[in-house]
Amino acid sequence: MADTDGTTDPMVPRLARIARRRRDGPQVWTLEIEAEDSAGAGFAPGQFNMLTAFGVGEVPISLSGDPAEPDRLVHTIRAVGPVSTALTRLGPGETVGLRGPFGVGWPMAELAGHDVLIVAGGLGLAPLRPVLYRLLAERARYGKVVLLYGTRSPQEILFRRQIESWRRRLDIDIEVTVDHALGDWHGHVGVVTTLIPRASFDPAHTIALVCGPEVMMRFAIAALRDAGLPDTALFLSMERNMKCAVGLCGHCQIGPVFACRDGPVFRFDRLRNVLAVKEI
Amino acid sequence: MEIEGLERILREHSFFAGLGDAFLALVSGCARNVRFEAGHYLFHEGEPANEFYLLRHGRVALELHAPGRGPITFQTLGEGEIVGVSWLIPPYRWAYDARALTLVRAIGVDAACLRQKCEADHDLGYEMMKRVTSVLIQRLQTTRLQILDVYGTHG
Ligand SMILES: Cc1cc2nc3c(=O)[nH]c(=O)nc-3n(C[C@H](O)[C@H](O)[C@H](O)COP(=O)(O)OP(=O)(O)OC[C@H]3O[C@@H](n4cnc5c(N)ncnc54)[C@H](O)[C@@H]3O)c2cc1C
Ligand code: FES
Repeated sequence: MADTDGTTDPMVPRLARIARRRRDGPQVWTLEIEAEDSAGAGFAPGQFNMLTAFGVGEVPISLSGDPAEPDRLVHTIRAVGPVSTALTRLGPGETVGLRGPFGVGWPMAELAGHDVLIVAGGLGLAPLRPVLYRLLAERARYGKVVLLYGTRSPQEILFRRQIESWRRRLDIDIEVTVDHALGDWHGHVGVVTTLIPRASFDPAHTIALVCGPEVMMRFAIAALRDAGLPDTALFLSMERNMKCAVGLCGHCQIGPVFACRDGPVFRFDRLRNVLAVKEI
Repeated sequence: MEIEGLERILREHSFFAGLGDAFLALVSGCARNVRFEAGHYLFHEGEPANEFYLLRHGRVALELHAPGRGPITFQTLGEGEIVGVSWLIPPYRWAYDARALTLVRAIGVDAACLRQKCEADHDLGYEMMKRVTSVLIQRLQTTRLQILDVYGTHG
């Protein structure tokens, strides 16, 4: 949590300005935000901020930018309801409320020396993009890096230009698949889990990071377990409705844990019973 | 000579993983090497399922045609996978089009020939049934995920 110096109340939003806004897909916008009092406190990949659209409400949104640029608070938002839609309509110079960053992110220290397998579905790529920035910036610290990304259609591929440019690198394997496509798409078609048995990684030395809709994560976890990964090597990011974001209100409770304070990223063995993977 | 080569390729293909030598010999008696140029069809929807394919190289799109929308790809398959599973179950007709996206090299297996051998030797038939069923179950699971449209706003 950022505001631990006693000078700022984590429950009170700071004012921030939209610096840039770009479209990243149908109903998806990436906003770059500058907080007026931001001292470049930084964030960990996988953390989120609470963003307020004044007069409408406040919602949790992951940081999707480069952790090496802590002053650029980048958020990728899909307009699904009143608050997210209001946020995506804000233009440069307009004001938002900002609390955070909050939560426990991806296990970056643990990844060192391991192969890293990232499985992302749809907008789930947004909270994983900071991981990719970090892995690629410190490439020598990690083994093989594999990104398996699935989304609904070729038009909905998030960060498409960036994925295409990363794909040209020789030190990362990237596979993209879509659920359905017309004849002009020449890539993979099929759900993201179908990429897992085809990917090349050593299950004994791999840590997998999974983010996407919950059903997709359940299927991905099942496929990763089938591929030989132990539950202690599987991490996933959980979305739950949030209010306080600091472990006080209980809105985000998942069994015995709070998604805002103990997560949103959890090692799978802590959530196994909640997700009931065995039943699929 | 050629049969021996085919037997080795079949043994290494994941669809036949763990199949005994005697059965492999029976299957290879029905098999041949095939090649499709990019854009060519391996088979079309509604045709009799006369030959199925074990991919060795290249990628294949499984497509359905919807009036006014052109072909819609619902799955792509690559090396190590099988194209065509309707050959073992009546009425032995393909349920979709299969089109080569790249140059494809595969082993084509004469379905009528293998079906006859399965009828004559039910142990072989059971082995084939287990393998085909496993592919069908995987495809059913992934189809369920596609139908759920998990990336929609209810995701
Ligand atoms: C830790 C965390 C990180 C998040 N990061 C991001 C992010 O980076 N980008 C982003 O766009 N969203 C993210 N979300 C989800 C975001 O918080 C919700 O989309 C938002 O709260 C919706 O609020 P609303 O008022 O716009 O819509 P609501 O009125 O709350 O919901 C409107 C409709 O959308 C559906 N809906 C709500 N949330 C989602 C969702 N996540 N996916 C699909 N449908 C949904 C609801 O079921 C409802 O039908 C995150 C959530 C959490 C908990
Ligand atoms: S949102 Fe209040 S406890 Fe998590």
